[in-house]
Amino acid sequence: MNGNEGYVREINGPVIKGVNMGSFKLNEMVTVGSHKLIGEIVSIEGDIATVQVYEETEGLRAGEKILGTGNPLSVTLGPGMLGNIFDGIQRPLQRINSISEYFIPEGIGLLSLDDEKKWEVHLVVKSGDRVQAGDVYATVQETLSITHKLMVPYRMSGVVVEANYDGLYSLNESIVVLERENKEQICLTLSSKWPVRRPRPVKKRISIYKPLITGQRVIDSFYPIAKGGTVGLPGGFGTGKTMTQHQLAKWCDADIIIYIGCGERGNEMTNVLEEFPALIDPRTQRPLMERTILIANTSNMPVAAREACIYTGVTMAEYYRDMGYDVAIMADSTSRWAEALREISGRLEEMPAEEGFPAYLPSRLAEFYERAGCVETLGGEEASVTIIGAVSPPGGDFSEPVTENTKRFVTTFLALDKKLAYGRHYPAINYLTSYSGYIHILEDWYNENVSSDMMKLRAKMMRLLQEEDKLNEIVQLVGEDILPNDQALVLETARMIKKGFLQQNALHKEDTFVVLKKQYMMLKVIDVFYENALLCVKMGIPVSTIRKQDILQDILKMKYDVPNDQLDLLNRLMERITETYQSIRQKYE
Amino acid sequence: MRKEYLKLDKVEGPLIVLSGVNNVSYGEMVSIRIDDEEIRKGKVIKIEGNQAIVQVFEGTAGISTSNSAVAFTGELMSIPLSKEILGRTFNGTGEPIDGSYQIISSVRENINGRPINPVARKYPRNFIQTGISPIDALMTLIRGQKLPIFSGNGIAHDELAAQIVRQAKIKDADSDNFAVVFGAMGIRHDSADYFMKSFQVSGVLDHVVMYVNTADDPIVERISTPRCALTAAEYLAFQNDMHVLVILTDMTSYAEALREISSAKEEVPSRKGYPGYLYSDLSTLYERAGMLKGKEGSITLIPILTMPNDDITHPIPDLTGFITEGQIVLNRELSQKGIYPPIELLPSLSRLMKDGIGADYTREDHADLAAQIYAAYSRVQDVRSLSQIIGEEDISDVDKRYLKFGRELENRFISQEDHENRSMIETLDLGWKLLSILPVDELDRVKLEYLQKYYRNEGE
Repeated sequence: MNGNEGYVREINGPVIKGVNMGSFKLNEMVTVGSHKLIGEIVSIEGDIATVQVYEETEGLRAGEKILGTGNPLSVTLGPGMLGNIFDGIQRPLQRINSISEYFIPEGIGLLSLDDEKKWEVHLVVKSGDRVQAGDVYATVQETLSITHKLMVPYRMSGVVVEANYDGLYSLNESIVVLERENKEQICLTLSSKWPVRRPRPVKKRISIYKPLITGQRVIDSFYPIAKGGTVGLPGGFGTGKTMTQHQLAKWCDADIIIYIGCGERGNEMTNVLEEFPALIDPRTQRPLMERTILIANTSNMPVAAREACIYTGVTMAEYYRDMGYDVAIMADSTSRWAEALREISGRLEEMPAEEGFPAYLPSRLAEFYERAGCVETLGGEEASVTIIGAVSPPGGDFSEPVTENTKRFVTTFLALDKKLAYGRHYPAINYLTSYSGYIHILEDWYNENVSSDMMKLRAKMMRLLQEEDKLNEIVQLVGEDILPNDQALVLETARMIKKGFLQQNALHKEDTFVVLKKQYMMLKVIDVFYENALLCVKMGIPVSTIRKQDILQDILKMKYDVPNDQLDLLNRLMERITETYQSIRQKYE
Repeated sequence: MRKEYLKLDKVEGPLIVLSGVNNVSYGEMVSIRIDDEEIRKGKVIKIEGNQAIVQVFEGTAGISTSNSAVAFTGELMSIPLSKEILGRTFNGTGEPIDGSYQIISSVRENINGRPINPVARKYPRNFIQTGISPIDALMTLIRGQKLPIFSGNGIAHDELAAQIVRQAKIKDADSDNFAVVFGAMGIRHDSADYFMKSFQVSGVLDHVVMYVNTADDPIVERISTPRCALTAAEYLAFQNDMHVLVILTDMTSYAEALREISSAKEEVPSRKGYPGYLYSDLSTLYERAGMLKGKEGSITLIPILTMPNDDITHPIPDLTGFITEGQIVLNRELSQKGIYPPIELLPSLSRLMKDGIGADYTREDHADLAAQIYAAYSRVQDVRSLSQIIGEEDISDVDKRYLKFGRELENRFISQEDHENRSMIETLDLGWKLLSILPVDELDRVKLEYLQKYYRNEGE
């Protein structure tokens, strides 16, 4: 406490105004009233400050005290975050539940990471070492798959004058004493604080060059995401946004996943909490929960904390990035966050811009997405933060302000489509209107690591899909039977791409996650079919004959029948396709 | 005696403003005595220095700036609860309107409730058999789920809701631990009567609590009606281990009341004049459904809303769909064809279904069957639009079978009598029977073993 004290004057839902507050700072965290509700100062005018309160304000009275903490809204960074679930201002929900069972009360205070738990610390500096910001001074095995690195805080450097032995320490115990240039001595513990609204510094940004592999075919093969990239995932309700986000959180090859449930359903978070500990990460063979942090500010929790939860999440992500990890954030949904902005803005009586959203919506969105990136950390390591933001456009109309503005700041745009969802084509990512700006950037990587013709194949399949789209307009008018053979073949192949490749069953053991090599070979199989069938068509063999072959079923079922580690089966399938159609051609000759 | 304030600054719409007040808390209940004759209730909705803005529940008609005495009660809005509420009818502020006694209890709960901690939730898994084929097979209702009915004016949503209440079968729930909480906001008297009668006929009336705000009741009470209902439901489910089915109707009237009050407060409107917090407000209602770890009871919520102009993108159905775990959409065209219940399959969905069906709950083929019916019915729409252009004669044989499948599905599967109660197995078997109209190689969503077991090639 810095002794500052103000008084409540106005109360309007989560927004209150206080008097006698001239000495408070903007964005300072405060406690309000006898229940000590947590709030943040959002504007100061003369003696009057406006505070947004992160808890329910019912029962608060005019005249109650507002106390300053002297610090901006911050999160505590240290071991204990992985595998845990927090609310929008980093209060652990498990601990809240042990204090007040089932329902979240107000005035529970500022809880954060567990400061009693002892961690096994391994020191990596010794007395006399010179260290600077970003250098690692100790490590903690936070989970079996992730080593937590304790780093010298920003703007700090000096000589280690005291280093403790390896052993068990709790969060706030001093393990290293640093002497700065000005002879000031600083104790370094297992934790540090960082204001959530300020991006953590890096040495420099580096160019994006590798994909975030998700195991989802329509993404990896058609609209790839880059490590350090930004993704917008818009879709009306029922199109499978949350399902897609869950699939990414489960299978993408980031080291750390931060899943932000921002203003969404409570049961969805419960589902993640039940499901993730039981799922095994295919790369580390450890439970997925060990690399995951959950932030849950469900729709019925206070709206101001919903506004903060995005920043809490991205700050945690940057912290793990600074250790050298590739971190991916799934924010579900950014529309709810934007609505929280709108709601608070309305209560502040600000002038609304489009659809009641405040005029600063685009700049806030830009600030958020720009915290993604591929960087060289202060410690000199290469690492990244990838942001995947779901958008929930009202009525599924992509021309609304949040979707429109998100489009400006993201590079991959995965448009979820109602019509596909109604036909139970999942993931319902529209294969024509989506786009990825990373295709050219990642081309080299795919050529080197998958196959030199991967991108060519992709382009060819895209062409077929686009052609089909045009043909469909004709088909809807005159029926399919009228089409000439070569066009009917395009329809047939496009159907195969859709059913056999783009549709992916998240609930199927083999199909939920597909390695890149298999994705490539599946495309290859379809291509072999197309080329063979094309030869047949050129000889005048009707498409109905081509379609009648049993092998078509095998192609459609290859996603289920071929496990990720038996890709040779696909080579054999290609041979069989060639043989089948060769023999048909021979009969015709 | 509490201090009374005798002078008002302003009376406007449902609000009164008074100044010179001290020590008033946000959300506090207010009692307003008018001309020494009548007492109304109000709630503090904004405090500005020593000025308080109060929303009056029974409306402000007859209030002048000088004829009322206002006292602040120091309490937040709460209702008394005991198991005696079962079988009773209350108004939107929890006062009995059935002519019987007041509920007296030491248990009083704040009607706003508190958010359920996500870590304390139990993920809902057990299905509720409604006996209605399209719901059971394709959008299975799960205990603890919130599944709204999107309807339109004049479509049979009341009948459907009443049928669900009548037929809902929850495993291990019997008449001792099963209850229905019915919240009616701005509905017509005849609609309220209809529900009352249908509960009576099916003999569940003893297990029903009703909170009724009819179309001519004050709109401010419309805001508290669902909150009272859900508070009662929480009490029955989590303090008395009951399985509670909550029906809230009509959410459209609720949202309109919210808009009316918001504009009286001169708030900045967002889409179609609804307040920017409509989403947050609806979610604080819908999210009260669910189950808790270590508790037996459950709250299953079925809100009913009429889509203005049958428009599913209207803010009310739209925001509802983003919060609830799926939706059952009723369709006017089906309704006019005489199909009851007129459920439009393609936009309808139950998000919790995938974890509550299958070998452990219903039958092993359930998920595949549902996916296949959806996919096939989606194809039917394409074929229909094609056949309208080129005529049914000229479409391919496979497409003809799709048309037949579509017709049969609507007439035999979707459609049923309002007292017909089909078991889950009957429903699934019927689904297979209809799918068998299609050639077997069109059924690409189903595992081969289920095809072998259930597909009957009757279409040939």
